[in-house]
Formats: sequence, C-alpha cells, structure tokens
Amino acid sequence: MEKEPLFGKTPEELKVITQKLGMPNFTAKQISEWLYKNNARSFEEMTNLSKKARLLLEENYEVGVTDFSKVQASTDGTKKYLFPTQKNRFIESAYIPDAHRATLCVSSQVGCKMGCLFCMTGKQGFQAQLTAGEIINQIISLPERESLTNIVYMGMGEPFDNLEHVMRSLEIMTSEWGLGMSPRRITVSTIGVIPAMKHFLENSDCNLAVSMHTPFHEERRKLMPIENVYPIADVIRLLRSFDFGKQRRISFEYIMFAGINDTPEHVKELARLLNGMRCRINLIRFHPIPSTPLRSSNDATIEDFRAALVEKGIRTTVRASRGLDIFAACGLLSTKELVKQQALDF
Amino acid sequence: MAWMCTFAKSESMDKGLSNFIRSIRLKPVSIDSFTELSENVYVLSFKRLHDFLPGQVVAITTGLSIAPRLYSICSGSEETEISVLFNEKPEGELTPRLAKLKIGDSIMVSAPFGAFLGDNFPAWWIASGTGIAPFRSMIHSGLGKNNTLIHGGRTLDSFYFSAEFEKLYSDRYIRCCSQESGEGVYNGRLTHWLKEQQSLPENTNFYLCGSSEMVVEVRDILLSKGIAFERIMSEIYF
Repeated sequence: MEKEPLFGKTPEELKVITQKLGMPNFTAKQISEWLYKNNARSFEEMTNLSKKARLLLEENYEVGVTDFSKVQASTDGTKKYLFPTQKNRFIESAYIPDAHRATLCVSSQVGCKMGCLFCMTGKQGFQAQLTAGEIINQIISLPERESLTNIVYMGMGEPFDNLEHVMRSLEIMTSEWGLGMSPRRITVSTIGVIPAMKHFLENSDCNLAVSMHTPFHEERRKLMPIENVYPIADVIRLLRSFDFGKQRRISFEYIMFAGINDTPEHVKELARLLNGMRCRINLIRFHPIPSTPLRSSNDATIEDFRAALVEKGIRTTVRASRGLDIFAACGLLSTKELVKQQALDF
Repeated sequence: MAWMCTFAKSESMDKGLSNFIRSIRLKPVSIDSFTELSENVYVLSFKRLHDFLPGQVVAITTGLSIAPRLYSICSGSEETEISVLFNEKPEGELTPRLAKLKIGDSIMVSAPFGAFLGDNFPAWWIASGTGIAPFRSMIHSGLGKNNTLIHGGRTLDSFYFSAEFEKLYSDRYIRCCSQESGEGVYNGRLTHWLKEQQSLPENTNFYLCGSSEMVVEVRDILLSKGIAFERIMSEIYF
C-alpha cells in the first residue's frame, strides 16, 4: 500500500498526524522545519526527533520529496525537468535563467482539460491533479533552487482547475514556516476560471496572469472553449472590482497568431477593454504544435502591435522565446508520450 | 458567410452572457423528478425559474460547502422544467451526493449561462457520453432538424435518449460504440467513424461536446480533413 506523503502538509495538518501517533505537539513544528527549511528527504535525517518517532513516521508515512528523472538543457540555458508523480505519471517544469533573474515554470496538473487550440499540454488530455506537495517538489528538488528568484504557474495544467492544491502550495511557498518567498515573486496564470480566480484574488497576494489571446468573444471561444462559460469580458469585470494596490501585478498573456488576432481592430478593442486598468500585456510568439491551423505573427507585426498598444497607453512587452530547442517554450510542455494506454474511452 | 452567421449569433448571445456575476448566485430549488437512465447516469429535473438559450449550463451543488459544478441543460427552452444529465463519479465530491437525492429534496442552482448555443445553421453535433445533453436541449427547443447527430459511448446503454433521436434523425443519428456491438450501431470509437468518412460537408458548423480527450482528438481529425477551425465550436466538461 502506498504511504501518505507528509511533504505538502501544513503545520496544522502535521499536528493532527503527530497527535494521532501519540507524539508531543512540538514534533509537528520540527517536522515542518525539516520539510520546508532543511530540505530533509528522509525521516532518518530528522535528527532532533526521537528514534522511536522516526521509526513510527517511517512505518506510516513517506516524506514525499522526489528527484527529477530526466533533464534536458537548451542552448540558451533553459532546462526542462521531468518529475514523476503518483501512479507512474509525469510532469515537466522549465527552469529559465537570464541576466537578472531565474524563473521556474511549474506544473499544476498532469495534462489539462481546457482544450485550447494552440496548446500542446491540452493535446494530451487530463490525467490527474497534482497535490500541493507535488507542486512544491518541483521547486525543492530543483538543482538550481538557490538561484531561483521567480515562480510562475505556467507549466502543465490550469491552476484554477486545481484550486485547493494550488492555494495550499502558495501558502507553503509564502509562509514564514514554509519556503518564505515573497508573493510578489510568484505569478499564477489562468485562462479565467472565474469562481476560482475570485477565490484566489480574495485569499492570496500573489500576482495574476490571464491568458487572453484575443479580446473578441466569438474569436476567443474558437481558440479557447472556456470562453463559452467564462467570457473574457466577465473576467475583466471581476478584475476591475478588486483593488490591487501598487505591488500586486496583473498581466495578460497574448499569443500572436498571424492574420487572426494581430490586427488594428484588436489593438482598438484591447484598449477599450483594458482602459484605465493598471496592467501589462505580454505578447508571445506562437510556437507551432502538430496539426495546428495557426501560425505565429512575424517579428515585425509583433513589434508594430506592441508599439500600437503602447501608444494607447498600455504597458506591453514581448516575451523572449526560451527553450524552443527542447520543447520547453510557452505552450509546448507535454508528457503525452509517457501517458500509458488510458482506460478512458469514448 | 460563416463569419456573418457567427456575428448574427453573437448578438443573440449577449443576453445569455450578460452579468455573469449575477448568474453564479445560487438559489434553492426542489427536485421534481429523478430518473436513472443507465448504470450511474441520471437525469434530474426542477422547476424552470429563468429563461435560457439551448446549449447553456447551470451551476449546481447540494450545499454551500460543496463547490458547484457546471451541467449542460438537456431539456427544451420552452419546457416548464430544467433537466440535467449527470454521471456519478464515485471518486467525485458532488455527483455521489447528487445520486443519492430523491424527489422533493433541495439543491442549489444558478441561473443559466454560457455561449455554446445552437442555431439553425447546418451543423454536425458530435458528443461523447453525457455530452449529448446540450444537443438534446437544442433538439427539444426546435433547432437543427436537418443536422447530423453523432454520439460516442463505451457501452450500448450509454446512448441516452436514443429512442427519440432515432425517431427524429433516422440515419442522421450515428451511434459509435467502442466496447460493445449492436444492431444499427457502428462498432468502434466515434473518432474511427469520423476518420473513415471520405468527405465532410461544406458550409456546415461542427459542435463538439464531451471530455477534453474526445474534443481534442475530434478537432484534430476535423482540421486534418480541411475543416476551418472557425467552424468548430467546443464545450468541454470542465
């Protein structure tokens, strides 16, 4: 029988476990420190716990920290890590260093249900939710962990389709007792699952990125099925009802598709939709995936689009494509080849 | 032509999408009927409190401590009751609770919303499992009389409402069964059936509803057969 992992549990949850095992209350705090401050990968390493306590934990639980099983390095310095998860499934994380910072792009699900037309992860369907421990494990087991400055939830999966574990992972990352990271260094990216996004905005100080890709409803619902139930206009209406202060950042991701969403009409509509909002648009080159009918806008068009948005008063940047040669760039993460023959049929 | 059509549709959709925030407010309703269609698949019905457009969804929960889920309406827009079709997932949080409900019990329901809407432009409706629900709503609302309806299921008892579809659509109602054989039923996945088609109709929209795996695979087949992505509308079980 698989043992329950302790990594990913809060001190309160650890307290319930230690009480159940008849251990003193302070043991929970000690375990929490070993897990999140001291990088313990086995109970044996938790040397300030009694030997009896370590044995008891070993019999009933596992630490739950897992090494990556494969790494690929890009010529531009990006690295793509493959991590095993429950039931022989796999996820990918992308480590993206540059001159001023080092970002880790973490996954929140194995696969994805959202079915966006342009996304490679969507093509593998949905296999499982990641636990908070499996999300944090991507950080704690990263060889470059000490150099990390930023975390983005832009890997495999829709974070707000796994709200409970994503929120818990954010709590562990940002708590004093956890990894102690600043929420300003963490960005959660969503396609706009409104009820979960509202919960996140009310209960976290982390930054938010919304995958918009077009401001037009009819066009967006053909690129992103989510638009049928949570339209972008309502996503923005909800964002406008929140006070983000001066520190918390809202950005919109915008993949540029040639002849589809790169016209002056799109600039005009974006300016209308985002009028007065303190936000940024991040333009992204499209990285083609198999059997896609879409093509990327060329660099000149992207630059013209950026300049036109800036002229309308919208802060706009163009994201550098990183890790393209190892399929680690935006929208390319996938473990489809590793998904065993699924029981799922239709 | 298709672009004109979609713009015309967009105007009518604004009604359905207006003020989404209001629409997720949940109200208690009493269950008027509850039927098990096949093993672990149920239809539950309650009084219609709002107008809706065929293809829309409602958010449903059994209580405020359980996160609501979205379900496509499977009844007609002029009917006095709203019906939804659901599949009990033993590992799920909500559906095992829904499956235990009885007539007279109360559930919490939102106003209908969503933009996966039918019209009278020629279309192929492609569904797997309980993804048949929005198409039944469109049919019961008088839409798509000349459309083609393709339904995929694992077993022969997964072709919900087949008697009424056979009567209305005859040979334009195609059932694809992946794990069992039966008379008048294509033996294989609906993706196999689609791949076998020599050509697909022009000037036709394609509506897909079901699991993300089905939608992504079918969409790729349609694209490979030359269908423009603008003609493909998808609704996924989120």
